[in-house]
Amino acid sequence: MATYDFIFDGLGLRNWCSISGEDGGDMTSMAQLLAETSGNDIVVTGWETPFPSMDALHEACPSFPQSRELTSGLEEGFLAIKDSLKVVVDPLTQPLSWALNEALWVMQAVPWFIMIPLLMLVAWVVSRQLQLVALVAVCFGFLGFVDYYSYTMQTLAIIFVCALTCVLLGIPIGIAMSRSDRVQRIMIPILDMLQTLPPFVYLIPLIFLFSVTEPKLYGIAIILYAIVPVVRLTDLGIRLVDPDVTEAADAFGMTKRQKLLNVQIPLALPNIMAGVNQTIMMSLAMVVIASLVSAPGLGVLVLRGIRSLELGVGLLSGLGIVLLAVILDRVTKAALARINVSQSK
Amino acid sequence: MNDTDIKISIRNLYKIFGGDPETALQLVQDGMSKTELLESHNQVLGLNNINVDVRTGKTTVIMGLSGSGKSTLIRHLNRLIETTAGEVWVAGENILEYNEKQLRDLRQHEMSMVFQKFALLPHRTVLQNAGLAPFIDGQKESIYADEARKWLNRVGLQGQSEQYPHQLSGGMQQRVGIARALTSNSDIMLMDEAFSALDPLIRTDMQNLLNELQAELQKTVVFITHDLDEALKLADHLVILKDGFVVQQGEPQHILLNPADPYIEDFVSDINRARVLRVRSVMVKTPNASGEHAGEIDHNDTLESVIAKSEGDTALCYRVMKNGTPVGVLDMRKLVRALVPSQQSDDPESTRLSG
Repeated sequence: MATYDFIFDGLGLRNWCSISGEDGGDMTSMAQLLAETSGNDIVVTGWETPFPSMDALHEACPSFPQSRELTSGLEEGFLAIKDSLKVVVDPLTQPLSWALNEALWVMQAVPWFIMIPLLMLVAWVVSRQLQLVALVAVCFGFLGFVDYYSYTMQTLAIIFVCALTCVLLGIPIGIAMSRSDRVQRIMIPILDMLQTLPPFVYLIPLIFLFSVTEPKLYGIAIILYAIVPVVRLTDLGIRLVDPDVTEAADAFGMTKRQKLLNVQIPLALPNIMAGVNQTIMMSLAMVVIASLVSAPGLGVLVLRGIRSLELGVGLLSGLGIVLLAVILDRVTKAALARINVSQSK
Repeated sequence: MNDTDIKISIRNLYKIFGGDPETALQLVQDGMSKTELLESHNQVLGLNNINVDVRTGKTTVIMGLSGSGKSTLIRHLNRLIETTAGEVWVAGENILEYNEKQLRDLRQHEMSMVFQKFALLPHRTVLQNAGLAPFIDGQKESIYADEARKWLNRVGLQGQSEQYPHQLSGGMQQRVGIARALTSNSDIMLMDEAFSALDPLIRTDMQNLLNELQAELQKTVVFITHDLDEALKLADHLVILKDGFVVQQGEPQHILLNPADPYIEDFVSDINRARVLRVRSVMVKTPNASGEHAGEIDHNDTLESVIAKSEGDTALCYRVMKNGTPVGVLDMRKLVRALVPSQQSDDPESTRLSG
């Protein structure tokens, strides 16, 4: 009947198929139903040979699982380990929730006439460029003027916490990778996966794991997405440190720790800072998507623009995100340029 | 090794790069050559049975072309590269038995190193670079600054201490490298092609600087170079490496006059012998040089200066003085003969001058 009958016949599994086949009877394919209603077998020509997929094999042997049993199996498996996973992950990530809550509260509680000068001061300290300070003032002034000030502050608070966490976790991971080829071999596929997996995909298990009201839900999503560049570039930066210089450090008897702190990290700093810049930009990108899972900020406005077709709101909040991106990018790049100047050969 | 005059003693040192050095070592000790080993076992013979003594307070120059293993050899002295077999004795202790802590101590206090590409830390000032050794020891900048500044001044870098390395020229960067080695106050200085990256005039300056420093400080210097002129200028003891083994070693003048094999003959044929050879190497030793002579010359004068003095007259004969007492005579004809490379120097008909 079915194309792949011969496999099960050939392997002598026909008995196994028919024994348990009675239970799986409810899972009939569309083709079978059609065949039953029309009263005659579908004639499969050689040209139409189906791919030996799970469904095709199921047709030949009813006790062979269908593909939707695989996906539901995955789901059941995840749900089964969910509780035990939560016991471990929940307390570990709880500080992230606190940090996000605190940061959101602080950024909104501080009045604008203190906050904006403070941000200008930060821009000055980091970049020493008056134009940048002016840019910061103009952008935040504009966003405040169109009544997006609190949304902007929320977004900024989330980026601040998440990017900081990325740096604190990512740099040590990068250092470990640079020191051991084995760690590097293990980490690179993981980083590749994190980078290429569509962000929506890891939102799904996170929703199952945590409640949507918890800030750490979007916090973790942002961190997972944004941590990759800082890890990669820390590893790369340390590996690119001039071997002559590290040899000199060895020749003068530095310990590994001295070498890391006094030679490798300072010389890798331009690369590490480039990684931090990318990490900040990626957290900004993710913070918009994370508004799907209740992240506050400008993303919420974008989402509103989509959901209720408020074109103006969508465009204006989009512009706000662009302005924020420009500021963050310029400020971190200016910091990077300052490091480069002091080290250039 | 009990000889107090010997600072570093390298004994039967082998280095083989590759996956299975043990087997390869056996083969090499049974007489397999570098090329055979590479072809049959895909292992690279880096050093082959090296025996060198480095005397205290002297400059030992290890010379060889690229690939001869000279940089590998110098890195065995402070174990930047681990040996395959052999012994390295420094001040009576086999450093190959040192643990990590002892080794660090050796590198911090006993040996310092100067690198071909300077290898300064770009994010530290010149002063901080010079004070690297005390810094590694945990001293604050305010404590080591005076010592570091003293050595920076000594190598001719007055007033540059607050600059960053990239603001200095190559020659000045290498001066920082030397100051860094001197500030560590170690007895032994390893110099890995220290002047090879500099242009010729600055290189000459640096060679003179090193010779001055040596006259003043008498460090034990191991100097690596591929340049025979440089080797002859600096060396008290010259070691010539080829394909990982020592072809000839000894006093440079001696090697120049008695090259042990065609490889060294080739080497020495291209240099300016008049500038390198000294009177003491070609004179006839007689304690009572009382005969007729055209003048007095010092035993350490170069032949070039004697030729200049004689104004090219080969009929003259000079009395050679050492610390004010006559030690021998030098016939100008003998001098001219010595200018002709290798075996031909015994042949009076040959007039081929080199350099």
